[in-house]
Amino acid sequence: MSTKTKQFNEIIKAEAKNLNFYYGDFHALKGLDFKVSEKKVTALIGPSGCGKTTFLRCFNRMHDLYPNNRYEGEILMYPDEINIVGDNIDPIEVRMRISMVFQKPNPFPKTIYENVAYGLRVRGIRGKDIIDERVEKSLRGAALWDEVKDRLHEHAFNMSGGQQQRLCIARALATDPEILLFDEPTSALDPIATSKVEELIVELKKVLTILIVTHNMQQAARISDYTAFMYVGELVEFGDTDTIFTAPTQKLTEEYITGRFG
Amino acid sequence: MKKKIFSKRYIIETMIEGSLMLSAVFSIFITLGIIFVLCYESLEFFKEIPIKDFLTGTVWTPLFANPQFGILPLVAGTLLTTAVAVSVALPIGLITAIYLSEYAPHKFRETVKPILELLEAVPTVVYGYFALLFLTPLLQKVFENLSGFNALSPGLIMGIMIVPYVGSVSEDALKAVPMHIREGSYAMGATKLQTAFKVLIPSAFSGIAAAFIMGISRAIGETMIVAIAAGMMPNFTANPMEPIQTLTSYIVQVSLGDLPHGTIEYKTIFAAGIVLFIMTLSFNIIGFWLKKRIREAY
Amino acid sequence: MKETLQELKKKIAKRKFYNKIFAFIGFISTTVGIILLAVLFIDLAIDGAQRISYKFFTSFPSRFPEEAGILSAWVGTCLVMIVTAAAAVPLGVGAGIYLEEYAKKNWFTNLIEININNLAGVPSIIYGLLALGLFVYFFNFGESVLTGGLALALLILPIVIMATREAIRAIPNSMREAAYALGATKWQTVKDHIIPYSIGGILTGIIIGMSRAIGETAPIITVGALTFIAFLPPSPIEPEFPFLNFKWLMAPFTVMPIQMFNWVSRPQQAFHLNAAAAGIVLLVMTLLMNALAIYIRYKFRKKIKW
Repeated sequence: MSTKTKQFNEIIKAEAKNLNFYYGDFHALKGLDFKVSEKKVTALIGPSGCGKTTFLRCFNRMHDLYPNNRYEGEILMYPDEINIVGDNIDPIEVRMRISMVFQKPNPFPKTIYENVAYGLRVRGIRGKDIIDERVEKSLRGAALWDEVKDRLHEHAFNMSGGQQQRLCIARALATDPEILLFDEPTSALDPIATSKVEELIVELKKVLTILIVTHNMQQAARISDYTAFMYVGELVEFGDTDTIFTAPTQKLTEEYITGRFG
Repeated sequence: MKKKIFSKRYIIETMIEGSLMLSAVFSIFITLGIIFVLCYESLEFFKEIPIKDFLTGTVWTPLFANPQFGILPLVAGTLLTTAVAVSVALPIGLITAIYLSEYAPHKFRETVKPILELLEAVPTVVYGYFALLFLTPLLQKVFENLSGFNALSPGLIMGIMIVPYVGSVSEDALKAVPMHIREGSYAMGATKLQTAFKVLIPSAFSGIAAAFIMGISRAIGETMIVAIAAGMMPNFTANPMEPIQTLTSYIVQVSLGDLPHGTIEYKTIFAAGIVLFIMTLSFNIIGFWLKKRIREAY
Repeated sequence: MKETLQELKKKIAKRKFYNKIFAFIGFISTTVGIILLAVLFIDLAIDGAQRISYKFFTSFPSRFPEEAGILSAWVGTCLVMIVTAAAAVPLGVGAGIYLEEYAKKNWFTNLIEININNLAGVPSIIYGLLALGLFVYFFNFGESVLTGGLALALLILPIVIMATREAIRAIPNSMREAAYALGATKWQTVKDHIIPYSIGGILTGIIIGMSRAIGETAPIITVGALTFIAFLPPSPIEPEFPFLNFKWLMAPFTVMPIQMFNWVSRPQQAFHLNAAAAGIVLLVMTLLMNALAIYIRYKFRKKIKW
């Protein structure tokens, strides 16, 4: 792996060190070393099945939900330097600090308000005033407030797909996460909704660290500061997005971004 | 994955998981309870009555002054009513399943299926009334030698009662046949009928067999219809026109009386019960195994 | 050798004709059950309607058919159902949740699943024998409301468990992931999402189970419920503190289907009319419950479309 990057001048938010991951016997991630800069957008790209989503899901321990999954190595989160994937770390604590937005919008079948408030309720936050305030703030943060402020108590399923996805972002924002994970957040959306979500991501990096998996290389080029290219469970190349897209050092990366496979 | 956390949250979570697990494990205790009670009481019975006489005797008169304990008449009665029921339920159930899954328009199916399910919801004592006081007199007009209590009438009612069950399990099996198999047949120019009988039924065979087997098991275990309409006569016969007694209706007959706990007559119901349990259990296991095979096939 | 187009057309016409005949047979066999249901209902109505009156519901059984009523029977049924629901709902729903959300895939879970499938196929009278051996004599509950209610609870447990599991299985995994990703614990996910989103299916299962329990006769006869009972169990509600009374749990009882069975078994025709009347009441109760279950299922399916 070649690391041609200005990253070391920045604050590092999280760092994978020799991370391995297994689905049962299948070795899905092979010794990844990787740094995520604070308040930047880092994109993970690569062909289907390369492990980018698997890697993303390590960051909030989603793999713990299913049996026979195993982590090896570490992902350190700063400033307190906890090992996110460590056996002694409670996955719930990790998920409270690192939120996730999924590929398909998955709002709960509840009202818009309750969707956003859920993360707060899980944390035991009661009190209508504080919840009202945080709901409004998150919906504004997700650029959704103006569209829904008059129908907060409507069912979330009545919204359009793009609105639902922004609602999911608001839901993830409500608890002030340190890192926000996006798993191909626009793959189920139309172009207009996609551009809204993209603008939002660029806006959000002012306040938090973002890690995004995307299938769409133009998207990675448009919104990310750093890009990692993965192939069959390995990190092939990592660098700032401009360099990766204009002057990749690895032949495999070049072939992928010029569309010769994938 | 080990977690070294003993927070309040962790303790609550563990306690909830534990109590949910207990409710799931409880079902095992029901089965163990059934086996224990049946075995315990019938072992007492077999201490007094040799098991060989019990299984091969053709006279069942435990309540007489000179009691005889041959279970065969009850088994025969059970099999007779079951045979009548099954000969109604299997063809009608299978044809209904084919009709509903391959022929009927969507709307018709969605309306008819809940109504058919109601057939299973009717209390069996109501069916018993109907068999005894409606169907038997009606059948007597056709078969003059039909006695007032008989195996035919309750058998027929039982058969129609289990049609929805046989039908829905068969339909599930037919639905599980992948669309491309149907399309293959239609592409050759086959009609629906040909597709159903030459392609679907063979492909769904184990599922349909499961429906049949489990239908039989239900008929064997049915109690009130036969207790009301088949009479309480342990005749060793294969003639459905005659009154008979089944394993289940014998248990009802004894329970209605006032038999003291611990007497040999009291223990007979557990001996009859264990025979019944083994019969239905073996059918259920075969059915379960066949049903599992559908899921593995595709 | 190639058949001519004419011959082929003939063959097709014949096959189409068979196909139509089968469609007709299929339609008839599908409706056989519905016709039976209709005839049964009409038959009961013709025989029993004349007996149905206010007095029928407020009288005890009697030697005189015109005076006999179902008071002790319907009160008994209600009390037994309270016990059945109190036992079967928490156990059944809890087991269903455990098996779908908590249980790991291993031999033990597999054993529980096979066992529940098997219990669903055990004849109801066997549950009666279990209750007789276990509750009546071993635990010494006697021939009481408690014994009857527990026997029926065991009987409908598989129905409630299977309905709960099926309802939970319909919830897409993305809902669970969304909840967990927000830091919810397992129980929070179950309580805030899994149960609310599957409540329609769970309720349907509970109602269908209860309607089955109301109509069950055999296990109740086996545990020794009385067929002739001319008094009511002590009331569960009292005017004085603590307002609740549990003596009724240990009271002897009868239930609707047993009352009906008792009347059918009498030789006198006049009692058969009483049986028909009791049958109408029983049938209306169970069919209404089933209709309610179908309605709930339909309504929830409309409300949440994944």
